[in-house]
Amino acid sequence: MSSIETEQPLLVAEGLSKFYGHRLGCADVSFELYEGEVMAVVGESGSGKSTLLQVLSGQMEPSAGRILYRMRDGANADLWSLSEPMRRFLFRTDWGYVHQDPQHGLRMGVSAGGNVGERLMAVGWRNYADIRDTAADWLARVEIPEARIDDTPRTYSGGMRQRLQIARNLVTAPRLIFMDEPTGGLDVSVQARLLDLLRRIVSEMRIAAVVVTHDLAVARLLSNRIMVMKSGAVIESGLTDQVLDDPHEPYTQLLVSSILPA
Amino acid sequence: MHALALSGVAKTFTMHLQGGLKLPVLRDVNFAVAPGQCAGLTGPSGTGKSSILKLIYGNYRCDEGHILVHQGGKAVDIAAAPPRQILSVRQNALGYVTQFLRAVPRVSALDIVAEPLVMKGVARDDATARAAAMLRRFNVPERLWSLPPATFSGGEQQRINLARGLLPEHPVLLLDEPTASLDANNRAVVVDIVRERKRAGAAIVAIVHDDEVREAIADNNVDVTQFAVAA
Repeated sequence: MSSIETEQPLLVAEGLSKFYGHRLGCADVSFELYEGEVMAVVGESGSGKSTLLQVLSGQMEPSAGRILYRMRDGANADLWSLSEPMRRFLFRTDWGYVHQDPQHGLRMGVSAGGNVGERLMAVGWRNYADIRDTAADWLARVEIPEARIDDTPRTYSGGMRQRLQIARNLVTAPRLIFMDEPTGGLDVSVQARLLDLLRRIVSEMRIAAVVVTHDLAVARLLSNRIMVMKSGAVIESGLTDQVLDDPHEPYTQLLVSSILPA
Repeated sequence: MHALALSGVAKTFTMHLQGGLKLPVLRDVNFAVAPGQCAGLTGPSGTGKSSILKLIYGNYRCDEGHILVHQGGKAVDIAAAPPRQILSVRQNALGYVTQFLRAVPRVSALDIVAEPLVMKGVARDDATARAAAMLRRFNVPERLWSLPPATFSGGEQQRINLARGLLPEHPVLLLDEPTASLDANNRAVVVDIVRERKRAGAAIVAIVHDDEVREAIADNNVDVTQFAVAA
């Protein structure tokens, strides 16, 4: 962190807007994300946070604004100026996307080892033994017993599927990962395990992350920074503990005061 | 040369859920702490002692004034710094020990204590060894080290929190009731460690209700009543 003044952001969002016809998805969102930073995007259903995530992660083209990404060679690329194959290559290697529903992020009919190994083959790994070893190593890191490596995720519990999806995303050592309600459909005890895992792996690998969640406790645990969205716009942002402990906007105060104490 | 200096700091809370009610809490807060010194914040409950610590740590946003924290030869104004810079100052220069441990599910006491060192770039083995030594110093039984502290007693949690906050040896240290639920032995441990930190050049701001402990660590008292906005 010594080079804090000279360090360049990994991802820059400039005035991103998305319209569905006349309906607003998100409006004029700008921010910079640096290596190793975890940013939470919070807000209620329909606030535009999922739209923003889809735009940021290149799944939807923005109606206005642009997304700059610092490639591994140091050059800044405008995401939508890249060729389609380049963009796809980026998504397969340098980026990850963790879906709320693991069924959308996994191939349910392929073995767990295959799900993880597939990302490696996409970046050119060919040696079967190496792929299998690395996949096994990643299953261990997300606490899936090695004996389950040849089973398909259909036979896994919800928590295991989510951990497998994380392993699949992280095996190529991406620098940026997007997560959409990563603990969404899980039991509380399973959530805690997943959060702990995510927190540790993201900090060890110094991955930058954008995490969409409606759960402020998840935001507090995982993120350094937070953006609060309402009706498509970012209404407040800053350090996570600052925004949650000293919220300024009426809507943020309402969100923070609406948490049920455990 | 001060390690920490507050000038003209003011804080007002606006409660939008109470019709935009404005609650001015602090105004014109001015004080500074030199390296090796400890300032004790005094004043009755509700005058804003903890709020001052939260402002310094960047937990509360500062409406007016400057909060300068010196870090490696340059000063960072916490009142104006962007989030990344505040995080960097916290990681490298600014420690904050509160009364309450924010326990993370499933993370062991030992890892919780070692974490700030690991974040600073200390190798995990080394960080763990130093965390163990700190827990031993605070008389936390070794059988507890591998357990997540969520179910520990208040005193045990506070010792975990102290060990975590004091281990990284930050040059500026904020202590909010560090001895509130400790027995005499462990209070003495806190006093010893704070004195060591002062000898090593740390600047400390402490809220301590226990007069004996405060007299043992504080070089001067700052009466917060003078900064409080009368309600």
